[in-house]
Amino acid sequence: MKELMIGNAALARGLYEAGCAVISSYPGTPSTEVTEEFAKFTDAYCEWAPNEKVAMEAAFGASLKGKRSACCMKHVGLNVAADPLFTLSYTGVNGGMVIVVADDPGMHSSQNEQDSRHYAIASKVPMLEPSDSQEALDFAKLAYEISEQFDTPVFIKMCTRVAHSQSIVEKGERTEVTKEYVKNPKKYIMAPANAIARHPFVEERTRKLTEFAETSGVNRIEEGDGTYDFGIITSSTSYQYVKETFGDSVAVLKLGMVNPLPVKLIKDFAAKVGKVYVIEELDPIIETHCKTIDVDVIGKAKFSLLGEFSQKTIAEAFGLEKKENVCLDTKIPVRPPMMCAGCPHRGMYYVLAKNKITVLGDIGCYTLGSMPPLNALDTTICMGASVSGLHGFNKAGGAETENHTVCVIGDSTFMHSGVTGLINIAYNQSNSTVIILDNSITGMTGHQQNPTTGYNIKGDPAGKVNLESLCHSIGINSVRVVDPYNLEECEKVIKEELAKNEPSVIISRRPCVLLKYVKPKKPLHVNTEKCRGCKRCMKFGCPAISFRDGHAVVDNTLCIGCGVCAGLCPFDAFESEGE
Amino acid sequence: MATKNIMIVGVGGQGSLLASKLLGRLLVDEGLDVKVSEVHGMSQRGGSVVTYVKFGDKVYSPVIEDGEADFIVSFEKIEAARYTAKLKKGGTVIVNTQQIDPMPVIIGSESYPAEILEEMKDKGVHVDAIDALALATEAGSAKACNIVLMGRLAKYFDIPYEKWEAAIEKCVKPNFIDINKKAFSLGYHH
Repeated sequence: MKELMIGNAALARGLYEAGCAVISSYPGTPSTEVTEEFAKFTDAYCEWAPNEKVAMEAAFGASLKGKRSACCMKHVGLNVAADPLFTLSYTGVNGGMVIVVADDPGMHSSQNEQDSRHYAIASKVPMLEPSDSQEALDFAKLAYEISEQFDTPVFIKMCTRVAHSQSIVEKGERTEVTKEYVKNPKKYIMAPANAIARHPFVEERTRKLTEFAETSGVNRIEEGDGTYDFGIITSSTSYQYVKETFGDSVAVLKLGMVNPLPVKLIKDFAAKVGKVYVIEELDPIIETHCKTIDVDVIGKAKFSLLGEFSQKTIAEAFGLEKKENVCLDTKIPVRPPMMCAGCPHRGMYYVLAKNKITVLGDIGCYTLGSMPPLNALDTTICMGASVSGLHGFNKAGGAETENHTVCVIGDSTFMHSGVTGLINIAYNQSNSTVIILDNSITGMTGHQQNPTTGYNIKGDPAGKVNLESLCHSIGINSVRVVDPYNLEECEKVIKEELAKNEPSVIISRRPCVLLKYVKPKKPLHVNTEKCRGCKRCMKFGCPAISFRDGHAVVDNTLCIGCGVCAGLCPFDAFESEGE
Repeated sequence: MATKNIMIVGVGGQGSLLASKLLGRLLVDEGLDVKVSEVHGMSQRGGSVVTYVKFGDKVYSPVIEDGEADFIVSFEKIEAARYTAKLKKGGTVIVNTQQIDPMPVIIGSESYPAEILEEMKDKGVHVDAIDALALATEAGSAKACNIVLMGRLAKYFDIPYEKWEAAIEKCVKPNFIDINKKAFSLGYHH
């Protein structure tokens, strides 16, 4: 049956049909759904790991045992997993191993716009790049064939538009593959003597993979009809934009494998079409390759290094006629994402902002605390950087910073890579105050379980890290737990912990209001006779509260009755139903 | 057939996912090539959200660009305005008249352009405005705005009413089929 599937679901289906038996991943937009969709299959193992490095090593272990395996991550997650990656390129695999990495050009939900193809080149690992959902499914199967035939992990590189666009897919059947595990120190113990012996294998493998890239059909030429006197080399979603713009009128070399790139195929294509344009998002990977093999192409001279492309990008670059449209004169206010009504993070941020505390931030929903009116954050770098950064900040600042600087990090991010920073704080003793925003879930990526929640990816009971015990055991003596709905308590505890001359941790604990088990209370309303329009509640930044005709108004479709605003109002104007 | 382009826009959390699922299901059942594209992640947190639905004999790009949309279905007034540049000449905007203040308006740094639909009409945009929230509430759930708007959209298509209903049955949990069918009908007949 034909079905509409997002690229990530189709990719999960492809991994499943190819017999993938173990997936270990860490969530990250736009990669998360691959693992979530795979978790729906009952006859394969699937897990959330604490971070991408652990996930990749777990996937390798499964491959070593002889099963087909995979790990999935977003582009910045691959930085975390880069350590095992470069050596797994040397060891190769036993059962096939796929590494799914999803880039986010345009940074819809990311802190940078790095191009993961660099990693494929640097680690000498082949990389396939699907351009729609059907290819995502097909390439998953092809990736396992390549992995086992050439003895290498294989990348499948997604991007936001391929990962999150639905297109029609035809499903197939699952076939299982199992290999024997045989001890082989020369292949799997990468101590210098063995690694030196293994490196030539890697280079020879790339040579063979280049031959594969020339002839296997994963890269294909689509002839044009002669309308244009040039040809285009492209891949991924850019291929779709090229076809949308030119249809079948222009000759296209569509690359499905972006590392290693073919040589003869590109030379033959260029010889046939004459002038060649390379259209690729982000960095000039294909363009640089073409120039290295003496094929003259036009790439980044005409197309941006920044952001996502579209058919409009291409039409503009080639000077095609602009489509007629209507432009309005009125300026439309922006509508940025924000913390939800009732979000437990808001209370903590309100207190931090009120006390003008310097806050080193981290990656998650709580990054939204940087937005007006709270403006509560000073930094956001990468997973875990808040904790390690705070330590350095206080070592440099001493008494000048210690008493009014904290960091905030979510429960999942703390498990991912915050705990190592906290160990550094305990070990090298900085007078740092770390706030763990424990909302009992991985929020921003859409509610994934993590080691602190007590549940696994399937929602079944699992091991549970006790944050208080963990902090104590690594040497933090002062560990306090607060309810972020209780602003007075938060303020008191923050002041006390900042004043201490020792490392401390405050766990701000309340579950995400979007969790199914969190039952909303009845919405509040504003008693307009009591409300004097002082706008103190507007400083709280709750999306359910707006200001109309001189009074605060509560949107009862958004309000979940958390009641924090009622505590802020000096005139007791917020009332719950029945009052 | 030539590719038709529909945009579904609104505020994160308003239920555009179900609307696009319904359209996708219906169009695949019609034997067409379909692409549906949306961005997950940060945009879900009360931000402006947009879904592209494209269908025809062969669809390539998953996104809709300036001057390409045949329809914009908007769950909120200024969200319709935000994406008007994407509308094709002669295209239609179906808009729920609900006003949801974005954060710059809430904190008073900007004002909500309440008369924006008038400007759109003045500039020749075909605006089909309905109070989808009231109709959804009448159907039994304020959350059914999305299906009220789909009912309104269906008026512009040649696809038989029963096929839309069949698609609703496939996309909605059994307990909510009746409410959604009623919401669809209210949008269609309003």
